[in-house]
Amino acid sequence: MTFNRFQGTDTYLATPELRNAVNVAIALEKPLLIRGEPGTGKTVLAEAVAESLGLELISWNIKSTSKAQDGLYVYDTVQRLNDARFGDGDISDIRRYIKHGPLGRALVSSKRVVLLIDEVDKADMEFPNDLLHELDRMSFSVTETGEQFTAHQRPIVIITSNNEKELPDAFLRRCVFQYIAFPEKNTMANIVRVHHPNVEDELLKEVLLRFYWLRDLPSLRKRPSTSELVDWIAALARGGVGIEALADELPFLGVLLKRETDVEIALSARR
Amino acid sequence: MFVDFFYHLRHFGLKVTVTEWLALVRALASGHSRADLNTFYHLARCLLVKRETDYDTYDRAFASFFHDVEHDINITDEILDWLEDPITPDISDEDRAKLEALDLDELLERFRETLEEQTERHDGGSRWIGTGGTSPFGHSGAHPSGIRVGGSGGGRTAVQVAESRQFRNLRSDRILDTRQIGVALRRLRRLNRDDGPEELDLDQSIDASARNAGEIELVFAPPKRNRIKLLMLMDVGGSMDPHTVLCERLFSAAHAANHFKEFEYRFFHNCVYAKLYTDIARWKGEPTSDVLHNLDHTWSIVFVGDAWMAPYELLSVGGAIDYFHRNTRPGIAWLQEIRRRVSNSVWLNPVQRRHWSAPSIQLVHQVFPMFELTLDGLTEAIDVLRGTRPNRPQIAPADSDDRRYA
Repeated sequence: MTFNRFQGTDTYLATPELRNAVNVAIALEKPLLIRGEPGTGKTVLAEAVAESLGLELISWNIKSTSKAQDGLYVYDTVQRLNDARFGDGDISDIRRYIKHGPLGRALVSSKRVVLLIDEVDKADMEFPNDLLHELDRMSFSVTETGEQFTAHQRPIVIITSNNEKELPDAFLRRCVFQYIAFPEKNTMANIVRVHHPNVEDELLKEVLLRFYWLRDLPSLRKRPSTSELVDWIAALARGGVGIEALADELPFLGVLLKRETDVEIALSARR
Repeated sequence: MFVDFFYHLRHFGLKVTVTEWLALVRALASGHSRADLNTFYHLARCLLVKRETDYDTYDRAFASFFHDVEHDINITDEILDWLEDPITPDISDEDRAKLEALDLDELLERFRETLEEQTERHDGGSRWIGTGGTSPFGHSGAHPSGIRVGGSGGGRTAVQVAESRQFRNLRSDRILDTRQIGVALRRLRRLNRDDGPEELDLDQSIDASARNAGEIELVFAPPKRNRIKLLMLMDVGGSMDPHTVLCERLFSAAHAANHFKEFEYRFFHNCVYAKLYTDIARWKGEPTSDVLHNLDHTWSIVFVGDAWMAPYELLSVGGAIDYFHRNTRPGIAWLQEIRRRVSNSVWLNPVQRRHWSAPSIQLVHQVFPMFELTLDGLTEAIDVLRGTRPNRPQIAPADSDDRRYA
């Protein structure tokens, strides 16, 4: 068991505590649960881990209709029924109709992979509980064929949550948990540099000042996030907006604020 | 000392389980303890604390626990001591079973072996020694020097980090933003099949197809819909002014939540009398009896108000704060009638619970179950409306004499 395997990548800056959490999760072979505001780079973390360890990434994007079973495999009965009606293919071999889902693929893979279960809280309340057994044992069986699959190498499981729903305790107990706080100014400057290496220091300073001022407005409905800041800087660069303009107005405000009421709040607070 | 930390955290209200604690022991025993208290702070947090709302509690617990520690702690010895005598009297049977399932003797023996090996190879440098990956223990060649208070590199020490309590704002009993309220309100739903555009009913289709000797037959049914109808009654003006921002947030979240079958809102000042208002300025009103007439048991009512007023505003005829009302019926009678009509009703109070001893709050609390307007309070209130929490107002104290306020 070794720690300090994941160190971040060129394009992803991980704070020491986040690196620590990733490495603990890898070493203890527990799923890593990442929570934080939208736009704090939760999903990108999985890509960074896969990239830095040279492993394949399998993503499972959870929707409100997602079922745990779908992640393992789907028995395509409709296809089989159709084949039976129209006489296509060999319908006696059920395995042909078993389609592995993302979790299933991560478990049957001969190599170690990174499995991203993205936005786990979007699904039904019971969804995380349904995953417990498979995540604990790292094995599953296909009832229809009686086949049993066990992971050769336990995948590195990274789970993200936007906190829309409270997750069950039993599920939380098994995870390593890390909350990604919204980056403070210095970290944010570094993050922006990764995306816009050529932005001038003075401009960046001014942009960040405006950005955090906006975020601190108390009555804002939706606070702008990292990705919106990166877009804003891109818009400012394209539009050729200089520091002077930033001092008096907020150009391209629509890139940062997506609600009419928020724009009004920001504009009236300027006065 | 080491295991004390476990109880210390639990004492602070963190629900750390034995399973999680053992994961921490495993991580420490396998070499993660070489670092300073800073690393330990983060390591323990990511394994023991599973909600950012608990980060602040963890910080407080951590700070108070390690604040007085001046000497070096050898964490390895601590674990050894703990493994020798892990069953403390106040551990529950369930937890005991979990511990026994781990085969502690074996664990301890293996741990000792690796430690001995480690002493022998102490000069060997940073080689990792394990027993083929199956052992829960491995360790670094360097003897874990234990946890030192005062982090390295001039950064802030873990205690300082903990003491700064930067996660204070994440506590679930403190903040409420629109989105969180929205999330909480989303739990308020009662699903039923209703009329509306139809969708494929898979179970029925399979059933029908089977009856049809395998010839596929599709069955359609209306989808499930939320049936909750919500009336929000908000106190505006006067003593509610300091709570405006909070109430606006609640209101906008409820308004934006499009999953209610019906959502209505009315305003009042201090207490409900014969009229309820559709605007905050309280110009446009309609008789309360009309509003009540349109309600039935399928509705839920959420009151938002501080219930902070002179007792006579509740108890006297003509006691309304806006004198032009000249109410012929005391406010409390209106509240009681609303409660009778819609028992699925709760009162959210932006005033902190410790101030609820005010007479008017007590009186209202005896009509409606009352909760603080915090995330926790809102969740509890919603549980009442969902029927998963007893719907009971406060019981009037035996010696109370309501007349004395009149």
